Amino acid sequence: MKLLTDSGNQHALKAVIAANITGTELQIEEVDQASCSGQLPILELPSGKALFSANLTCRYLLGNKDADDFQVDEWLEWESSQLQPFLAPYLVTCIGQGKKDSALLAAVVPLLEHLDKALKDRQYIVGSSVTSADVVVWSALFPLYGDSSKLADELTRYSGIVDWFQNLSTHEAFKSAIATVTKGKGVSACKAGSTSSELSVSAEEVTAAISAFKDGKSPKPWIRTHPMFCRLRNWNTLYICGTDEYGTATETKALEEGLTPQQICDKYNKIHSEIYQWFEIGFDFFGRTTTPQQTEFLADRFVEGTCPLCNYDDARGDQCDKCGKLINATELKLEPALSAFLNTIYPTDDWSNNAKVITRSWVRDGLKPRCITRDLKWGTPVPLEGFTEKVFYVWFDAPIGYLSITANYTDQWEKWWKNPQQVTLYNFMAKDNVPFHSVVFPCSLLGAEDNYTLVNHLQATEYLNYEDGKFSKSRGVGVFGNNAKDTGIPADIYRFYLLFVRPESQDSTFSWEDFMTKNNSELLNNLGNFVNRALMFVSNFFQGVIPAVDVTEDDGQLLAQVNRELQAFIQCLEKVSWGGVGGGNQYIQGQKPWVLVKGNPGEKARAGTVIGLAANVACLLSVMVQPYMPATSNTIQQQLQAPAEVNILTDTFVCRLQAGHKIGKPSPLFQKIEASTMAELKKKFAGTQMERKEKGQKSKTAAPPVQNAAPVKVDQAEVDRLTAEVQKQGDAVRQLKTDKAEKKLVDAEVQKLIALKQQLAAAKGENPAEIIGGKGKKNKKGKK
Amino acid sequence: MAVGVEEEVKSLVNFLGLPAYKVTTHGDLKVPQLQTSNGRTLMGLATISKFLAKSSASNGAKLLGTSPEEHAEIAQWLEYRVTVVDRSVEKKDVQAMLKELNSYLLDKVYFLGFHLSLADLVIYHGLHPVMCQLNFYEKQQYQNVSRWFDQVQHYPGVQQHLPKVVFVRNSLYTSFDH
Repeated sequence: MKLLTDSGNQHALKAVIAANITGTELQIEEVDQASCSGQLPILELPSGKALFSANLTCRYLLGNKDADDFQVDEWLEWESSQLQPFLAPYLVTCIGQGKKDSALLAAVVPLLEHLDKALKDRQYIVGSSVTSADVVVWSALFPLYGDSSKLADELTRYSGIVDWFQNLSTHEAFKSAIATVTKGKGVSACKAGSTSSELSVSAEEVTAAISAFKDGKSPKPWIRTHPMFCRLRNWNTLYICGTDEYGTATETKALEEGLTPQQICDKYNKIHSEIYQWFEIGFDFFGRTTTPQQTEFLADRFVEGTCPLCNYDDARGDQCDKCGKLINATELKLEPALSAFLNTIYPTDDWSNNAKVITRSWVRDGLKPRCITRDLKWGTPVPLEGFTEKVFYVWFDAPIGYLSITANYTDQWEKWWKNPQQVTLYNFMAKDNVPFHSVVFPCSLLGAEDNYTLVNHLQATEYLNYEDGKFSKSRGVGVFGNNAKDTGIPADIYRFYLLFVRPESQDSTFSWEDFMTKNNSELLNNLGNFVNRALMFVSNFFQGVIPAVDVTEDDGQLLAQVNRELQAFIQCLEKVSWGGVGGGNQYIQGQKPWVLVKGNPGEKARAGTVIGLAANVACLLSVMVQPYMPATSNTIQQQLQAPAEVNILTDTFVCRLQAGHKIGKPSPLFQKIEASTMAELKKKFAGTQMERKEKGQKSKTAAPPVQNAAPVKVDQAEVDRLTAEVQKQGDAVRQLKTDKAEKKLVDAEVQKLIALKQQLAAAKGENPAEIIGGKGKKNKKGKK
Repeated sequence: MAVGVEEEVKSLVNFLGLPAYKVTTHGDLKVPQLQTSNGRTLMGLATISKFLAKSSASNGAKLLGTSPEEHAEIAQWLEYRVTVVDRSVEKKDVQAMLKELNSYLLDKVYFLGFHLSLADLVIYHGLHPVMCQLNFYEKQQYQNVSRWFDQVQHYPGVQQHLPKVVFVRNSLYTSFDH
């Protein structure tokens, strides 16, 4: 385990002493407080999580031996919530700076008295041996009592504390910890006070960011295990999918369309495959289950096996040839194996919560026999005498498709599927498919006892609804994969939006209005705007060549922020973080390069730095969005003429585009989606119900057609100012409503808000008339 | 802000289905003290909360985590409640705290990931007065905290006597400067 700490931090003693006592190996890494977002010391746990509390770290490293002792709980809580708040300032001022301050001392006195009293005639704070209470309080007081030769009078009067402290100092674990943490320098090494945690970007963070950028090197890349990222992080990844073709549904559809099941499957496999291609889902191989390999896999493994009762090697079907007993192999043999497997899963975060919950409910009442065959024609025939008219139940055979499809792709399939030590397996699905992936299939694999790779990460989503109802192919409600292409909106936008509304812990909704808003605000106004601005500057003012970048403190702020976002992004793969973009836009705004370029050479150079940095941020963004919007990523990189090597994700922001690099032609990345387009699409995919609704409704006032003029020159400063005004006014209105102010007053302020919003729309070059009244308050009837 | 800490302890007792305990507060900081059935006294909110969870055989044990790591993690958040949350009174401290929590909660449903634990309950109570004071802009600014808070306050048996804090699902503000 690793302990991160800054130099001379007495709280590190808490951890080191504990580790010494239990003989736990603790690697100590010295870091700058500023480069960590949490308070040091921090303990990195084996699971990858971290503990930021020194006290709890101590307890943990002591093996939680005193976990049940409430007295220890009390002392730990006392130390953190009572002692530290007053001890820390005292240490800083009176010890660290040597200034006398009677008020600070007075605040500490009652606490020392309390401790002294508790230690009367005792060797240890709690019980008769060292507990974390001793270690924690001793460490906290080390800067005060650590140098026995220099004890101030106001401290020596607490004889209880002095004796207890000195006694513990003779313990080997304590002695050795002092040497380690203070590097042999004793009390003088301590910074005599905890630093206040600075949550805005700090000076050291800035320095670190600047040097990382200049060096172009990055420390060991973050080891994450998400397949979308694996390629960017240089992990060997295999992405497999396919159409699961057997089953009743296929037979039914075939009858409907007047084709054979085989023809139906051929048709839909092609359609699905094309849709995935359009969406740029980068499968290594998109296969199907109706292949010879599938039959082979099914037949080979699930018919031969070991009789659980007499260990006869060649048992088939449900009766062992040797001992003649009927085999209910699944639940007898597999339940313990499955439980063992699941017990490694439940305590972790590797599976999504719904997956764990669903699995638990299946397994809780014990595994029951399930019928694995069906009386159908379209399926893999059961290769057993007497069963040949039956086929395997589709959900029994489907998951084997993962293996057989891999086998269709490569004959080295065993390197993936029989290699649990080296392979991490991810399954992505909707929650209704969970039991087959979490119980049925693992059971089959476990039962085969052939070292199959089991699912390490099962990510199940909840349901995606459509507008205020559900998707329904039969009623024509909702936009489906094959419709998306025809809307003329690029795949990247759908990818972005679908990931944004991915129903992770609860159902979510696909809404056209939301879709339009996200495109127009997040993509067009935010990301697209930033990238385009940066590149236009390079193009217009620097002849399309990246200028020299001479990084200063100011720039350091941006760099440090970008690093923060980058690291958060790497940690949270499902959420796209636009922080770097917001910061980037602000940065350009603040530095005003359009003014600088017209100035003296010094100012021009400054402009060069600003724009060069901005271009590099744009490059970084193109890499970050790659898994989400590959086409956009590609476009940005084309416009930047960025070399292929930029496509590695490191955990600090480094300069990829050096001075002198020639970029390509900038051009807007995204198109605005107009409200009218959105309304059309909504209507198109509303199914037949919408038409009926419309007939019964009065038509709303139509907004005048938006001019499709050449792009209006936007005064960004004015837009920013009005945006702030709108927010302020919005808050004011809300406050009035909360305060239940007079209706006349509220209405007046609401009108002001609407007016501001219209001005803002005009400033942005949008149509102000689309800003119709607030949020449509319903009129309340009532007595006055 | 230890006002109402007696209520909070009562609320936890109810949630865990335990019989009532005698709770008093002490000193300026209103440190809670609980008297156990065998006459012992326990001092401090973190200590008391942990004790109550341990006392509740069925419900409580889960809330304390299932591994030494989880025990430690939960305990550190209890400590966070009494050291950071309760001491953040000034606006800038509150904002710093919310920003920190918002960042932490980005990829978690509950404090420990996917399951409710004592950490969620104790931080929920600690943050309640803060959340009541936030306007909708701020709630969106700290949207992970808001999401988590809404989740916890809806968990059966948690909210009890506390007023519900209102959150709006849709984004009201389109751009945020991070």
